[in-house]
Amino acid sequence: MRSAEKKKEKGKAQGKRVVTIYFMGKKYEVPEGLTILKALEYLGYRLIRGVGCRGGFCGACTTVYRKHGDYRLYVGLACQTPVEDGMYLTQIPFVPAEKPRYDLDKISPSQSVVMALFPEIARCIACNTCTKVCPQDLQVMDAIQAILRGDLAKAARMVFDCVSCGSCTLRCPAEIQHFYVFQLVRRIYGKYIAPKAKHLEKRVKEIEEGKYEEELNKLIKGGPDLWRELAEKAQTGEEVIVE
Amino acid sequence: MSGYPPEFRESIRLVEETRDKRLEEQYPRITPEEKEKLLKRWHPDYKEEQKRKIRVGASKGELAPLEVARLLEAHSRLRNVDLDLSEPDYDVDILIIGGGGAGASAALWANYSGVPADRILIATKLRFGDANTKMAQGGIQAADKDYDSPIIHFLDVMRGGHYTNNPELVKILVTNAPFIIKWLEDLGVMFDKEENGDMIEISGGGTSRYRMHSAGDYTGLEIMRVLMDEVLNRGINILEFSPAIELLMDDREQVAGAVLMNVETDEYIIVRAKATILTTGGFGRLHIQGFQTTNHYGATMDGVVMAYRVGAAIRDLDSVQYHPTGAAWPIQIAGQLVTEKVRGLGAQLVNIEGEQFVYPLEPRNVVAAAIIRGCQAEGRVEARQ
Repeated sequence: MRSAEKKKEKGKAQGKRVVTIYFMGKKYEVPEGLTILKALEYLGYRLIRGVGCRGGFCGACTTVYRKHGDYRLYVGLACQTPVEDGMYLTQIPFVPAEKPRYDLDKISPSQSVVMALFPEIARCIACNTCTKVCPQDLQVMDAIQAILRGDLAKAARMVFDCVSCGSCTLRCPAEIQHFYVFQLVRRIYGKYIAPKAKHLEKRVKEIEEGKYEEELNKLIKGGPDLWRELAEKAQTGEEVIVE
Repeated sequence: MSGYPPEFRESIRLVEETRDKRLEEQYPRITPEEKEKLLKRWHPDYKEEQKRKIRVGASKGELAPLEVARLLEAHSRLRNVDLDLSEPDYDVDILIIGGGGAGASAALWANYSGVPADRILIATKLRFGDANTKMAQGGIQAADKDYDSPIIHFLDVMRGGHYTNNPELVKILVTNAPFIIKWLEDLGVMFDKEENGDMIEISGGGTSRYRMHSAGDYTGLEIMRVLMDEVLNRGINILEFSPAIELLMDDREQVAGAVLMNVETDEYIIVRAKATILTTGGFGRLHIQGFQTTNHYGATMDGVVMAYRVGAAIRDLDSVQYHPTGAAWPIQIAGQLVTEKVRGLGAQLVNIEGEQFVYPLEPRNVVAAAIIRGCQAEGRVEARQ
């Protein structure tokens, strides 16, 4: 029996329908319901690039595909996208982009810094291709436009869910390297725009001054009986005093 | 609903139909004897045939899961391979093996302490940042509010560990935690905050104070990508897709670097280092006893195995944490955690008929055993793809 038929048999044996996909031009039949990633492994491909966390977090498995009778080019994450009948697809192993180096402590939190490091964002032609391909459904173009208007805070919040898969960067006619732009904008927001947590600063200072040192050392010496007694108090919200 | 196959839709219908009835009923707690019986029969940690003694090395005779013992005893990949160690490909001060949160932090702190960026090398099996750190969604604990203190944090940790933790380590944890949050804030991590800058902190499992900081539902991802950006900003060297496959020792039998392998070209890469740091993570992806895992694809215990081969003893490898609630289907979310918090908030555990089968607030191991019994004995839920 030819291998493809065997696979088909296997698919049938599991009581599942099969779909036909074309991986880098080769025709295969795989059980319906698999993700693109699982389908490739089912077919025997050993993936080094184009695979990552398998949970939709890391953006390593960007895949591009067309569908039978449809001229559009689709982009998705292979670990999250199910196979469909008539898919023509390939994995993208890497997205070429150059990360500029900067010292966050020395830059000013301004639009001009972002423009100086990424002047190409001024080339945005508002075509919205980036937004259309984003597997995280981010308003990518609007975020770039927000930066161009100088609203870094808005841009940072808009692109918080970016997984740096680079789909937008590959498709952008203005050749913007979105995921590095967004990383800078988020860090500027986190460091300079969002107000600092004063209670955090206070606690760090207390610890540095050794405020808890004596109590903690007493606790350690006290052993499990003391820990248990005081832990129960902490649970009920009673004041905890280490003597 | 539309994404579910017919048998699931039928089951969802049953679960929905029985919901009103279930709201009235409370599944009884089981007795300590019943618990013991349930655990012995169904909990994977109690399956003696799934563990065995390690046959070689510094921890010879200790129990480990079969999957772990097999790896610890395996032959070296470099058996019958001639390597010329006299001309290392890289000669650095610090080699860091593993490119997750721990590896990136080690590199940054080495650099802060004065080791030049070009004297540090991070070697990682996948891409830099592909690690469990990225998978952590919920949050990160630090006692930094006025209603909280490192003392209370210490007690909560001890209680969670049934008072068996090493107290000195717990002290380090609770006193360093606020400092690390501050460090991350200064690096630009977008923590969830009130308008005045106060951290929004919520309850975590087993804590007596609201202490969990978060960054949306992507706390770990946000921390990891900021750390990565900073490592790249400082020009620290990174070798991706180049896992270490064996540690190297000098004539005094001290670790002095590693042999890496470029997994795309199969080339060996020799690294000489004054200090070698292992930040390779855990073993969830060994899929112990065939279970799904919450771990990243790369978590295959490489560092533990390499360290064992150069003589390090291992400890506490005989137990695995089996979290009761997580996704087994569909593949897109297989292995993802369903937080324990949902049980605390009143969620019930039901089978495909919409019947409860365990009291929801039993301890983790009991709930896990009851779910496995349901899947394996009664065949009612598909345990694993």
